[in-house]
Amino acid sequence: MRTLDVRVLCDTTARLLVEANYQIPPDILEALRAAAKSEQSEIGRQTLAHLVRNYEVAAAERLPVCQDSGVTVVLLETGQEVHWTGGSIEQAIFEGIRRGTSNGYLRVSVVGDPIARRTAAGAPPGVIHYEIVEGDRVRLTLASKGFGAENMSALRMFAPADGPAAVKDFIVDVIEHAGANACPPVIVGVGIGGTFEKAALLAKKAVLRPIDRRHQRPETAALEAELLDRINCLGIGPQGLGGVVTALAVNVELYPTHIAGLPVAVNIGCHSNRRVSTEL
Amino acid sequence: MVIGLECRPTVDPAAIHALKAGDAVSLSGELITIRDATAKRLVELAATGQPLPVHLGGRLLYAVGPSPARPGQVVGSAGPTTIERFVAYLPFFFEQGVRGIIAKGELHGPIMREFEKAGAVYFAAIGGLGALLGKQVQRAEVVAFPDLGPEAQFRFEVHDFPAVVIIDRHGGNYHETARARWRRDPAR
Ligand code: SF4
Repeated sequence: MRTLDVRVLCDTTARLLVEANYQIPPDILEALRAAAKSEQSEIGRQTLAHLVRNYEVAAAERLPVCQDSGVTVVLLETGQEVHWTGGSIEQAIFEGIRRGTSNGYLRVSVVGDPIARRTAAGAPPGVIHYEIVEGDRVRLTLASKGFGAENMSALRMFAPADGPAAVKDFIVDVIEHAGANACPPVIVGVGIGGTFEKAALLAKKAVLRPIDRRHQRPETAALEAELLDRINCLGIGPQGLGGVVTALAVNVELYPTHIAGLPVAVNIGCHSNRRVSTEL
Repeated sequence: MVIGLECRPTVDPAAIHALKAGDAVSLSGELITIRDATAKRLVELAATGQPLPVHLGGRLLYAVGPSPARPGQVVGSAGPTTIERFVAYLPFFFEQGVRGIIAKGELHGPIMREFEKAGAVYFAAIGGLGALLGKQVQRAEVVAFPDLGPEAQFRFEVHDFPAVVIIDRHGGNYHETARARWRRDPAR
């Protein structure tokens, strides 16, 4: 049994939130640098070069890469042999989000009551997903999810008879409809299978997977490549100004589902797909 | 070629008239900011017959909710937000005499006619360029609704602020033209 104080969650969340917002993940920055060379449209290349420069300046001067620090999404994987002490895990993470937002001069982009559009003191400032894993390891993953891209995400419950062609068309259509709103070049996270909420969570995990590695199953990797090719043929290009780089990557995750169902979720990440992860 | 456009504090209607979808512009002068909550407040003020905090005739609006300034900074990161969320408010802004709005994202359909009628232009700034765009703001002052935090209304003084004309006042839409031009058939 390993004993950990929840304070470590608060401190780590606060630190990771600031880091995530000042520094874009290296795999995304590399992909943007490469795209700034390979994009065929001139305005697209210029736009990508601006984005690369934005990320370099933000990291060097410790500025938020984008004013929308989004909704903080925390994924806590905690070993079943870990005993947490010192208070509430949830409150510790929420406090870490509040502290990181304030310490990092990040915008408060969350409203407490989604209908009344008011925020009462103590309202949750972010979203947490928990996962119990074997052993005593703990991993904290944090993402700042901007809503230009989040708003254009979609989920659909297909029938098995609809088949793979309909699923692929749906995924491409979601990106086509999102167009410039999602701040392309985007990262496309796809969750296929499970239940309604499982597909959405798979899509979130997919969009937060590094973009420089393909799915380990060859058929799924081939699906990712095919979808990326189709999306980059849409012509949307960087910021919707035209070109061949509409998405940097398509990441797909699969899970068993019901014999009567085929849930498909598409979670879009903007080019500013901020994420960090650490072992505790 | 980049077209310089001055708004001190209003913009020359003839200069707006000459702009075409796809033109790259560099804006200098005053911009008045709006966000979802700001726009709602302005409409409520007008509905109850109260004056708006800033007269919007001839002005350019910037749809942005900046991140907080560090000590010594004018403003934090300050890139554009999505224009689609303002569609319901655009006719109101045009009634007030607004001649242009800077935002990001797609705008299609009947609303394009409103730009033509108003002699106004939609400019897109690069979404997710917040750190760099914040540096083009030389002065920032809250002019209304400080209680709204990042959604307060600001007066920004900007210098060489880069944007692209998406919807011109002749019915052109650059997102549509660009997409059609670059669309290809997939390899498989
Ligand atoms: S979608 Fe992403 S890059 Fe675009 S404004 Fe929102 S957070 Fe920033």
